[in-house]
Amino acid sequence: MKDESLNDAIISVKDLKKSFGGTEVLDGVDLDVYKGDVIAIIGPSGCGKSTFLRCLNCLEDPSGGSIFFEGEDLADMKVDINVHRQKIGMVFQQFNLFNNLTVLQNIMLAPVTVAKKNLRATKRKNFFIKVSNIFKKKDNKKELLPLGKTKAEFTEDAKNKAMELLGKIGLTEKADVYPSTLSGGQKQRIAIVRALAMNPKVMLFDEPTSALDPEMVGEVLDLIKKLANEGMTMVIVTHEMGFAREIATRVLFMADKGIAEQGTPEQIFEHPQNPRTIQFLNAVL
Amino acid sequence: MKTSWNLFKTQFITYGGYKTVLNGLLTTVEIAVFGLIIGVIIGTLIAIVKVMPKYKKLPRVLDKICTVYVAFFRGTPMVVQLLLGYFVLLPSLGIAADGVTVAITIFGLNSGAYVSEMMRSGIQSVDGGQLEASRALGLTYWTSMMKVVIPQSVKNILPTLGNEFISLVKETSVVSFIAVVDITKAFRSIGDANYEYIIPYLMLAAVYLILVLLITWGIKVMERRMKRNER
Ligand SMILES: Nc1ncnc2c1ncn2[C@@H]1O[C@H](COP(=O)(O)OP(=O)(O)OP(=O)(O)O)[C@@H](O)[C@H]1O
Ligand SMILES: [Mg+2]
Repeated sequence: MKDESLNDAIISVKDLKKSFGGTEVLDGVDLDVYKGDVIAIIGPSGCGKSTFLRCLNCLEDPSGGSIFFEGEDLADMKVDINVHRQKIGMVFQQFNLFNNLTVLQNIMLAPVTVAKKNLRATKRKNFFIKVSNIFKKKDNKKELLPLGKTKAEFTEDAKNKAMELLGKIGLTEKADVYPSTLSGGQKQRIAIVRALAMNPKVMLFDEPTSALDPEMVGEVLDLIKKLANEGMTMVIVTHEMGFAREIATRVLFMADKGIAEQGTPEQIFEHPQNPRTIQFLNAVL
Repeated sequence: MKTSWNLFKTQFITYGGYKTVLNGLLTTVEIAVFGLIIGVIIGTLIAIVKVMPKYKKLPRVLDKICTVYVAFFRGTPMVVQLLLGYFVLLPSLGIAADGVTVAITIFGLNSGAYVSEMMRSGIQSVDGGQLEASRALGLTYWTSMMKVVIPQSVKNILPTLGNEFISLVKETSVVSFIAVVDITKAFRSIGDANYEYIIPYLMLAAVYLILVLLITWGIKVMERRMKRNER
């Protein structure tokens, strides 16, 4: 269902509600994410920041309201959520690199699997076209769909792209090692490029540096900054206030089951209006 | 003792008893190996159904079917399952199959019920973040399980799977109930020839023991190799 009357936001959240069992965590959250936005979400522990972020790619099913991705309602039963997730990169606090795969395999898994699946789907459609062509007149036969790249070709492409991304973070020599041999900072940077390998329209970060030793926080934040400068659209849940202030185009302060206050970094950090925001900032700064 | 040994030697070598024993050994290994392979496949499928989110109707129906399946195969003796398969199911379906095929099938089905429980705890021992990360990349539940979760859970349950293989090997000793000549039946027939069982049955025990020791060693080697792979 495409609703053209909607604005051109990449993600549009309307009156989002979420409860676990009986306890309500989010109650009526609205948000529009536009291309190039870097949105930082701050707020006290347990206020629902992760839950909100996880609703955006349906890792949690919303209990009410709707989420539109490029104008399509994700709650629509006809929508293939997997196709949308391919365009939404997500980075977790605990990195979640696949332990059974090498770094290179980690990065290549999704692009190659998706390309394989698309190739199979095209072949299947062609098969049905061929079958239905048997019953059609000679000048009425339907054209077969182009198959595009072969398996060898798209695997090669995915590999080149993965190596290029590893080059960008200076970890080409780690391509063939398993995640257990890496430092936290290296793991998180690889988790970020693993998401980038799918060419996402937007990246979601859930406290990307909270599980890191202090000396490794910088390298991960630098990479995120680099992405922001390249124009990547991002939503970042973070406890790093300095970082949020530096790179965010908009800061959301979450409390009491929703967004209590939002504005530019300057508005939120210099002139907060909501007493909850003031109280929170006093506690963390 | 001397005469027992001589009787055995004559039966084993002169009358070609060694051929029966070798064929029996092959049959035993064949049933256990293919039984385990089928068991792992069925067990994995059942385990995936068991851990699947149950919002939709299909997973719930599948779950019920799996529960009944596991209850049946764990709740009845192996021999009874063999007898049912060979003397009841085959004739009533009108299928012509030899005892070895039936034995492999029944051992596979039976082992599937046990492997499913191991596999389930193996899957649950894998950090939930692994599945989440895979789903967040847009991979389907099925692909995520097959490419990310199951490989890690197999590594976790390798020692238990080894034990399952060992008990399969030992349990195959009942297949003579459906006219299959395995290693047990082979040695018994040598004993039957002279009603002299001491040597044949001691040898039989030794063969099982060696098989089990070999498997134990094989599992150790595999485990070590898997560990080294991830360093
Ligand atoms: N799967 C779940 N089942 C039940 N309750 C949950 C679940 N996930 C989160 N909650 C509850 O929802 C509330 C919000 O959790 P959430 O993880 O979104 O908070 P957060 O803002 O990310 O906190 P933190 O800063 O500690 O990460 C918490 O009270 C939490 O206990
Ligand atoms: Mg959180």
